[in-house]
Amino acid sequence: MKFLVCISKAPDTTSKIEFTDGDTKFNEAGVQYIVNPYDEWYALVRALELKESLGGSVTTITVGEVGDESIIRKALAIGADNAVRVNAEANDAYFTAFQIAEYAKANGFDIVFTGKETINYNGSQVGGMVAEMLNQPFVSLASKLELNGGAATINREMTGGVEVVEVNTPFVVSSAKGMAEQRIPNMRGIMAARTKPLEVIEPAACEDLTSFATYSLPEAKSACKYVEADNIAELVNLLHTEAKVI
Amino acid sequence: MATDQYTHPDYYNMDDLLSEEHKLVRDAARAWVKENVSPIIEDYYERADFPVHLVKGLGEIGALGPYIPAEYGGPGLDQISYGLIMQELERCDSGLRSTSSVQSSLVMYPIWKYGNEEQKKKWLPKLASGEFLGCFGLTEPDHGSNPGGMITNFKDKGDHYLLNGAKMWISNAPLADVAVVWAKDESGRIHGLVVEKGMEGFSAPEMHGKHSLRASITGELIFVDVKVPKENLLPNKSGLGAPLGCLDSARFGIAWGALGAAMDCYDQALRYSKERTQFDVPIGAFQLTQKKLAEMITEITKAQLLTFRLGQLRNEGKATSAQISMAKRNNVEIALNIAREARQILGAMGITNEFSVMRHMANLESVVTYEGTHDIHLLITGMDVTGIPAFKRDIPQ
Repeated sequence: MKFLVCISKAPDTTSKIEFTDGDTKFNEAGVQYIVNPYDEWYALVRALELKESLGGSVTTITVGEVGDESIIRKALAIGADNAVRVNAEANDAYFTAFQIAEYAKANGFDIVFTGKETINYNGSQVGGMVAEMLNQPFVSLASKLELNGGAATINREMTGGVEVVEVNTPFVVSSAKGMAEQRIPNMRGIMAARTKPLEVIEPAACEDLTSFATYSLPEAKSACKYVEADNIAELVNLLHTEAKVI
Repeated sequence: MATDQYTHPDYYNMDDLLSEEHKLVRDAARAWVKENVSPIIEDYYERADFPVHLVKGLGEIGALGPYIPAEYGGPGLDQISYGLIMQELERCDSGLRSTSSVQSSLVMYPIWKYGNEEQKKKWLPKLASGEFLGCFGLTEPDHGSNPGGMITNFKDKGDHYLLNGAKMWISNAPLADVAVVWAKDESGRIHGLVVEKGMEGFSAPEMHGKHSLRASITGELIFVDVKVPKENLLPNKSGLGAPLGCLDSARFGIAWGALGAAMDCYDQALRYSKERTQFDVPIGAFQLTQKKLAEMITEITKAQLLTFRLGQLRNEGKATSAQISMAKRNNVEIALNIAREARQILGAMGITNEFSVMRHMANLESVVTYEGTHDIHLLITGMDVTGIPAFKRDIPQ
């Protein structure tokens, strides 16, 4: 079985978020990037588990510039066999999906994995678009995936329950919590990653369909307000009129 | 213990000097520690129990013999990676780092450097995976700073060696499967022998009552007419220089490790100084708190520079014993001082197991003494710059 895992970068959660160019650009200076956790912990690890039990290979694909190679190396250290980087800035979901789909079409994979979203933009768009471009089924928000021959049984977390769907390979799946357990790369894997192939390809012609108009930060957290323990009426009043949560 | 929020201080952008691989190594070690060790360490420390189950985990991540080549089961990393792993382990607990650095530098290193091919193939893969735990027997009850005076000895009995003597203060000893033991032959020359668990006449009783390194196990090694097979002698180096070569490697790891303990203390003290309010302001607003924090980060930054440069020299095979000695002494000393200052910033909370500073402080009291005491390291630097050894004195009768 051949598995393709889409790997994106995301800023470390401790990064300071600032904007430049009149709030149209995210300021990357000093930002530490990590592998998007949904891509790493769930998509990649489940693909590796399937490879380990069924045989085959796990390829990662990243649309990004040369600076993204550190997160790609981490994916290789965790266990992917080889990696592809499409040499382009990934700003637009359609552009990103197009590049992934072009590579997937040319190389043929049984399952394309994505994370359910990136933790910075939370777009959740790439997986569905890739599936459409490949004319394959798409299952989103998978929390469990079992494979029996070419037939997959996938759990989808829903409000108040679980939906179980069946789908035949090839398909595209976006991975959510529950799919797998995070794997910490070991030192042998880190050394092995050194010599694993990381192929750089130029992007196929495609226009960005969206661009960033402006960014803004959420309102700063306001100070904590204390209410006397026996003054329930005041608490209810504040929750109703100020916090507007009841 | 509260959730482990550790992030490393990096005032001089030292991370820019690290390769992507170094950062991956460090992050992997840190993630493993946060997941597997931070939640349990205070409990094991308090009960003076050794979390033996972690040995396999250390093996799985590659923290046992990180620089041992892949053909012998190690990951084959460079010396800076080794240092970073030791830093992450000791950032959590000196005992944890001790377990790993004894196995790596004092057991695997001599087998790798002084052993023959059969010995390397026989022991290194099991030590790298954590299937085997090892220990190192050099110090004796009456010979600590003066290991050359050791009385443990062996006699050639034709088809085997007969080993007699005793070693003390040996990390990992009671649970060790193999012990690299340093003993004198009949001519008085020091050799390394691999003594295996279960050999007749060999016992390793645990030492109790430690107020330091409580989550690490320490014992004695007692040899009463132990028949050691001749193929267990490490053939490729003898003399005091052989065990001292191992200590170079271990002290290098300690220099990085102790700095990790200092960084953890600073990290906690800095966070606490911003959260804790007195007189309606965070205590970090007070000049005396800032003085402590400023001095701490200055010493940490100096030690980071020292340690990184030493790592480069060690990678190039150029680091001298005296250079390693300076880094060990300096970094343990600043770590002890930083632990004490951090304890003060944390006030009464600093003495509780909600924070790791008091544990670090108690642990570092061992670290400042083992693998060459603070004073002996001063004499090593003194001898190196003057050319005159000052270790021995002839006291007039």
